[in-house]
Amino acid sequence: MNPRSKLMSIDDVVGRLESGMTIGIGGWGPRRKPMALVRAILRSDLTDLTIVSWGGADVGLLADAGKIRKLVYAFVSLDSIPLEPLFVRARQEGTIPEIAEWDEGMFFTGLKAAAERMPFLPMRGGLGSDVMVNNPDLKTVQSPYDDGETFVAVPALRLDAALVHMNRADAHGNATYLGPDPYFDDLFCMAADQAFVSCEQVVDTAGLTVDTPVQRVLLNRMMVSGVVETPNGAHFTTCTPDYERDEAFQRHYAAATADPEQWAAFKERFLSGDEEAYQAAVADFAKEATR
Amino acid sequence: MNEITRADVCAAAVADAFKDDGEIFGSPMGIMPMLGVRLCKLTSNPDLVLSDGEAMFLGGVPPLFAKGDVLEGWIPFRRVFDIIVYGKRHVMMGATQVDRHGNQNISAIGDFAKPTRQLLGSRGAPSNTVNNRTSYWVPRHSPRVFVEQVDVVSGVGPKRAREAGAEKYNDIHRIVTNLAVLDVKGADDTVRLVSVHPGVTVEEVQGATGFELALPEGGVPTTREPSEAELVIIREVLDPKGLRFKEVPA
Repeated sequence: MNPRSKLMSIDDVVGRLESGMTIGIGGWGPRRKPMALVRAILRSDLTDLTIVSWGGADVGLLADAGKIRKLVYAFVSLDSIPLEPLFVRARQEGTIPEIAEWDEGMFFTGLKAAAERMPFLPMRGGLGSDVMVNNPDLKTVQSPYDDGETFVAVPALRLDAALVHMNRADAHGNATYLGPDPYFDDLFCMAADQAFVSCEQVVDTAGLTVDTPVQRVLLNRMMVSGVVETPNGAHFTTCTPDYERDEAFQRHYAAATADPEQWAAFKERFLSGDEEAYQAAVADFAKEATR
Repeated sequence: MNEITRADVCAAAVADAFKDDGEIFGSPMGIMPMLGVRLCKLTSNPDLVLSDGEAMFLGGVPPLFAKGDVLEGWIPFRRVFDIIVYGKRHVMMGATQVDRHGNQNISAIGDFAKPTRQLLGSRGAPSNTVNNRTSYWVPRHSPRVFVEQVDVVSGVGPKRAREAGAEKYNDIHRIVTNLAVLDVKGADDTVRLVSVHPGVTVEEVQGATGFELALPEGGVPTTREPSEAELVIIREVLDPKGLRFKEVPA
C-alpha cells in the first residue's frame, strides 16, 4: 500500500489558509521562494497575516498588497538590488502595523525552537543590540550553571502554515532540493502546523533519487501537508539548477515600483490573472527582451 | 608598475586585518573585503578558509566572481550560523553608520518605528558581533557614516557588549575605510585611528568623522603600501577587471 497522495492545486493551498494566520515563507531573500503560492495569496482575500520570512520580493509584494499585519524578518533584499523597493516603501510609510526585526541567527534559533516544540532556546546573538530594544517582548534568561551568563531567550517562531518551494517532490510530500543550499525549508515545515510544498516537478518516489544522492531529500512526507506542482513557480527568484534568478525581470519589477503608473501597469500585466496567466506574461516579457 | 592607487592600499589594509587570524573562516561582505581576504590567503595567511559567498568552501583562490575549480567543503547558510557560534570566523561587514563606540547600523535611518530610510535590516550583525571577530569596510568615509550615535544598533561595540554581559566573544577588530584604518581601542572603548592612508592627513580623517577620534600614542603612522608582489596579485590575478574601483575610484 502506498502512502496517501497530497497532491493539490494552488487554490487548494490558499483554501487551507485563513486570515490572521502566521505564515512562514521558505527560501532565502531572492532565492528559491514559493512565489506561485505568494502570488496566489496576493489574489486572495486573505488579510491580517503574520509573515515570517528571510525576505525578498515575497515580503515586498505582500506588504504592498496590504496583506501583512505583522512582519518577522532579519533582512529583506533582492541581492543584486540590495534594497527591496516595496518593503522599503512600506516601512518608510509605516503601513505594516507591527514590525519584528530580528537578527538572522535569532530567526534560525526561533525556527529551531518551534521545530523542537520548545518555548524558547538560548543564544548570545541579540544581546546589546537594538533588536532587544525594538522588540520589548524579547526576554533574557540566566544560565543555571556556575557561569551565570545571560542569554537571549529566543521565543519559538511557531507557524500556522509554512510555504516552501523545492525542485522535485513526490505526491506524498517527500521533496528534494537540487541547488547549492537547502536554506531552512525543513525547519519551516517542522515549525508549522501545516506545510505546503510547491515544486518544479512532481515525480514518483523512485524518481527523487534517480539522478541525485538521497541526502538531497530534505523534506520527508511526515512534515508535509500538501504538494503542488508549479513549474517556474519560484520565478523571479532562483531555483538552481532548474533556473537562476531572472535578473532582467527583477530589474523591470524594481524600476516599475518607483512610479505609480508603471507599477499599476506592472500589476495589470503580471499580477491580475492566475499563475498560468503570470507565466504566459513572463514568457512574453522574455520574448520582448530578446527581440 | 603604475602608480599605486588608493584601492590597492585599501585591499592590502583589508588583507592585514586577517593576517593574524590563523585557520578560521574569513567572511567578506562586498567587493573590497572579498579582494582583501583573497589577497591575504595568497600572501600572509594561507590557512584562511574562504567561501564563494554562496554555499561552498573554495580550495583555491579564484579571481573575484570567478567560479572556483576546487572545493574544500560545503557552507550553506545554516552552517554559517553554526560557525558563527563556534567562533572560528572573522566577518568584514559594511556599515551605513558607525558611532564613537564602534556600534554599527545597517537596519534603518531615523526613528525605527517609521524610518526616513529603511536599509537591509539587522542581518547577522547582532549575532556576529557577540560571537566572532568582526570588522567593517566603509568605502566612503564621511560624517554621515561616522556619527556620534547610530540610529539603530545592529552591530554591537565593546562598551554595549559589556553592558549587556556579552563581552566574552565581542571582538571588533578593524574598520577599514577609503581614508584610514581604525579600531575601537580608544579610551572608554571608542573608535581610534590606527593609520592614515598614504596622502591622507589626520586632519582630513578627523574632518570626515562626526565625533572626535582617539589617537594612538606616539603619532599616527601611515598605512603601508602594498608590495610589488601584492600589486601583481591584485591587478593581474584577483581583480584584472578593476572591480575595486567601483568602491574606491582610482
